[in-house]
Amino acid sequence: MWSRIASRLLTSLVVAWASVTAAFLALHALPGRIEDILAGDVDYPGLREAIAAEWGLDRSLFEQYAAFVSRIAGGDLGTSYVLRQPVTEIVGSQLWPTVQLALAAGVLAVALAVSVALLTAGRGRRARKLASILELVLASTPVFWIGILLLMLFSFTLRWFPVSGANGWTSLVLPSIALALPTAGLLAQVLREAIEKTLDQPFVTTIRARGVGEFAIRARHVLRHALLPAVTLGGWLIGGLLGGAVITEKVFGRPGLGSVTLGAVLTHDVPVVLAVVLLAAFIHVAASTILDILYLLIDPRLRAA
Amino acid sequence: MIADTKTPGGHGEPPLLVDIRGLSIGFAASGSGAPIVRDIDLAIRAGECVALVGESGSGKSLTARSLLNLAGDGARVESRRFHLRGRDARGFREADWRRLRGTVTGLVMQDALVSLDPLRTIGQEVGEVLSEHRILRGRTAIAARVRDVLGKVGIPDPEVRSRQYAHQLSGGLRQRALIAAAIAGDPDLIIADEPTTSLDVAVQAQVLQVLAERVREGAGLLLISHDLAVVSGIADRVIVMREGRAVDSGPTADVLMRPRHPYTRQLIAAIPSAASRGRRLASATPVGPSGPARAAPPPRRGPGDVPVLEVRGIAKDYPTRPGIGRAGSTLTALTDVSFAVRAGEVVGIVGESGSGKSTCAKIVLGLLAPDRGAVRLLGQPWSGIREPERRPLRPRLQYIPQDALSSFDPRYRVSEIIAANLAGLRPADRPGRVAALLEQVGLRADLAGRHPRALSGGQRQRVSIARALAAEPALIVCDEPVSALDIGIQAQVLDLLGDLRDRLGTALLFISHDLGVIQHLADRVLVFHDGRLVEEGPVGEVLCTPGHAYTRTLLAAQPRLAGGLPAHAH
Amino acid sequence: MNAPSRMPAAAPGEIAAAFPPGDLPGLDRLRASKPGRDWTSAPAFHLSALFLVALLIVAAVPSLFTGYDPLTGDFAEGLKPPSWAHLFGTDRLGRDVLARTLHGARYSLLIGLSGMAISVVAGVLLGILAGQQNRLLDEATSRIFDVLSSFPGVLLAMLVVTFLGQGMLNIAVAVGIAGIPKFGRVVRAQTQLVRDADYVTQAAIYGLGRRQVFLRHVLPNVLVAVPVIATVYIGSTILTVSGLSFLGLGPQPSTPEWGVMLAESRDVLRVAWWPAVFPGAAITLTVIAFSVVGGVLQKRFEGRLA
Repeated sequence: MWSRIASRLLTSLVVAWASVTAAFLALHALPGRIEDILAGDVDYPGLREAIAAEWGLDRSLFEQYAAFVSRIAGGDLGTSYVLRQPVTEIVGSQLWPTVQLALAAGVLAVALAVSVALLTAGRGRRARKLASILELVLASTPVFWIGILLLMLFSFTLRWFPVSGANGWTSLVLPSIALALPTAGLLAQVLREAIEKTLDQPFVTTIRARGVGEFAIRARHVLRHALLPAVTLGGWLIGGLLGGAVITEKVFGRPGLGSVTLGAVLTHDVPVVLAVVLLAAFIHVAASTILDILYLLIDPRLRAA
Repeated sequence: MIADTKTPGGHGEPPLLVDIRGLSIGFAASGSGAPIVRDIDLAIRAGECVALVGESGSGKSLTARSLLNLAGDGARVESRRFHLRGRDARGFREADWRRLRGTVTGLVMQDALVSLDPLRTIGQEVGEVLSEHRILRGRTAIAARVRDVLGKVGIPDPEVRSRQYAHQLSGGLRQRALIAAAIAGDPDLIIADEPTTSLDVAVQAQVLQVLAERVREGAGLLLISHDLAVVSGIADRVIVMREGRAVDSGPTADVLMRPRHPYTRQLIAAIPSAASRGRRLASATPVGPSGPARAAPPPRRGPGDVPVLEVRGIAKDYPTRPGIGRAGSTLTALTDVSFAVRAGEVVGIVGESGSGKSTCAKIVLGLLAPDRGAVRLLGQPWSGIREPERRPLRPRLQYIPQDALSSFDPRYRVSEIIAANLAGLRPADRPGRVAALLEQVGLRADLAGRHPRALSGGQRQRVSIARALAAEPALIVCDEPVSALDIGIQAQVLDLLGDLRDRLGTALLFISHDLGVIQHLADRVLVFHDGRLVEEGPVGEVLCTPGHAYTRTLLAAQPRLAGGLPAHAH
Repeated sequence: MNAPSRMPAAAPGEIAAAFPPGDLPGLDRLRASKPGRDWTSAPAFHLSALFLVALLIVAAVPSLFTGYDPLTGDFAEGLKPPSWAHLFGTDRLGRDVLARTLHGARYSLLIGLSGMAISVVAGVLLGILAGQQNRLLDEATSRIFDVLSSFPGVLLAMLVVTFLGQGMLNIAVAVGIAGIPKFGRVVRAQTQLVRDADYVTQAAIYGLGRRQVFLRHVLPNVLVAVPVIATVYIGSTILTVSGLSFLGLGPQPSTPEWGVMLAESRDVLRVAWWPAVFPGAAITLTVIAFSVVGGVLQKRFEGRLA
């Protein structure tokens, strides 16, 4: 088991390193471009050379790569081309609202999905049909449309929640619901199918033959089996929430990484976009590593090695 | 139907645990609405074993599960009388059933690997019934009882085993643990649904012994099995089911030893054994034990002297992957195996799972290179050469796998499956040859356009045989070709293989775990044990006067229809 | 005795179909035939297929179904609620929302399908490569998938747009790259499944060479799965595309693309619901239809292998 965990950690490191390398290559894939962006509208002879010297673009590619990797390993994500500020500062100041939103939505999505799946899996035909249609519709609806509909209903018509901003918990309610619903739909689909598959296993018959009630069967035995495929989805879920948060922030006019990233994309501010993307990738890798180890704890059959 | 069931039959007979009349089970949603099980009577007393036998789909499992009200979602169970330990169960609600399960009735299913929760320890699984019904309270009391029960079913080191998971136990121990979980609540009635079907014969004998022990201690046992031999050794009474009806029933000695009902006779006649050699197993007219109406054996070309296959001193070591079920890094090996197969000869290979049978077959098929030793096919080198060099000889060696369906490309129809093995023939000649081959294996020519998925198991196995024959092989390796089939279908397929051997003179290397099949079909037998060939010789000699201790254990463990059956006349 | 009716069993005829004469499957097989997803029923499938066909026709010749120009409008007619003249109402510039929604089908399908095509081609190539019996190759491709999939799809696409700039083709490329690992992994799994299948072993016994086995059995059985996988995934591709358009990274503003229309509707939400509701419904219905059709195809395909 420990060797499995060790190899998993090693894989994560390799993935993290490869992501950084890919980022570096992406940064340098288009030659001349970086100087252009930095120069902006200004143009005079010798400007580009000066910029290259200032930003270290005149050194050999390998030197730049080594500097890049060591910089990122030290937590320094570089300097914004456009804002001329350390990226760590820009991103750091906008990180919390986004994390807050993603976390709230994640908790909500998991709670919704587990309760819907537990309540409907293997129950009455009508309840299952209703739940599966609901899941399909939620999973197929764009986050931003849900957001717009929620705004229309609860902010403009009923005036229960503020239209935009990030002041207090009331401004978090609608965005986190909008972000949670599609995720919950997908997660519930996976969980419910897993629960129903497990309920068809022979061992469930054995457990029923011991006189164990339906609820205890689900809570004590089946849920654990159903968690396995759901755990595999965990990494994807976190990535989806981070990506979705960017869009949700735009709908609700919330401050956060979304507006920073969008602004950077439109001004070709590569270091900022890279930083955000790398940050998301690291969060994803860390989370899926933890989940993989969790997987080993849930399933003793995998612990053999 | 109001009767005082508290009176146990009057004459000091043990009490009736189960008393059911006119049981019908149907499914509300099934199109025709016709019940799948019809008009079954079932009575089981304490200390008695009643067996339900029949082919798959005969409704025996459904009948048994209805005793637990676990016949399935949407099942409609009706009966004139349904008493369990003296109580009318017809008015029971789900909560009443739950109280009964585990305490009055215990269920043992087929494969413990999937019938025990794989994510929980043996101790948790066995102890669950105790805590669920509050038979015992407190962790230590339950743990003590769990150890007790595990000891009772013959599991050594119960302390250690109770902390392990199902996948960490051997097949036999696992099955015992499953029985322990069923009897932990001390039920009056044990329902065992094919409890030994996936086990090796030696382990099967031990597990049956554990169940018989419970019956001696006064439990009732309802045994569901497709295997008449298993049933005859343990059951007091037998009910033979067919298509949802009980076609024959009575004391075991009457039903199985002196079979009167045509269907029972047909089933018994279909069992391959030494006595069935040279006669057809699937007969239109049932064969009785008194007058074995042996069909005249078709004229047969005897085995020639030319060796088709020569195997000399082959050996193979490979590290077992440390994965599910195996913790260690032991080496499974095939050690110094030599034998030969002559033209037209049927050589049987018997042995338990893990004895090296399959490894040997893979080496013979040229799918695996032996570490030492050599294989020669038709006098030419077969092992130790490159695959392209083997290719010209490939058609001469064919293969019939156990699972025919998975050996067919899912995109192919029957005609394409067979034609794929007719590489030498002009495309225009292929349809005619396919039709001829289908006829040869007893299939209608119009099945050529079908997908194998739309065929029955027996038909699929025939297609698989036709495909092998298409190449006009000198030798066919048959790997458990009938073990997944019902007894009736098995009989037909064995008859077909026998006919083909007689008519075409194809040699067969026939792998089976069933000694009866080998005794019926093979000329010579090879006994594998722990990767070694421990005994070899003519079937009659080896299996009547076994020389090796292992062969003797194997024979002793082989369940047989005890008593006056011709199988054991000599 | 009471019938335990916790749940009705399978659909009519299913039990009977599960018991063909001859050799009959066991009891547990009967249970396994229970439908997993209830929306994969026949009417839902037919309705969805019909919707997709209609959508394709609309995308090909939208002008057949509306007389209005999606790009110009009468400013005086701005923000009119749905009426007989304008079934879906008009937007701020007085353009007919129905006309814009119908014309939008073309953009969404085109971008979604081209993105899909990129993922399919790259994913199938890499997946088949990974599925070969070559540990090094498998490790290398699997790590590529790991790296690609550790970037959230939307963010990865944003990174690509940062380099390539805005535009329809660019977001198709962006979404296509983000979709490679999903596809590649499924194809890899399918390749391994086929590679280890008994019928492939059997083909070696007939005397087929490695290349012949690959071309005749492995490749076709991997490729038959591709359209099924593609249909299952196209929904999520369309969702990502519309998200990127909504962020303003795709087609130019005022293009009648559903995501762009929704972004524009955000500004007039206080006074008009119709510019927001209809394009959003169009996206959702399209994605649902693809999911249903994909789900049914997948179920049939798996049934074929079982």
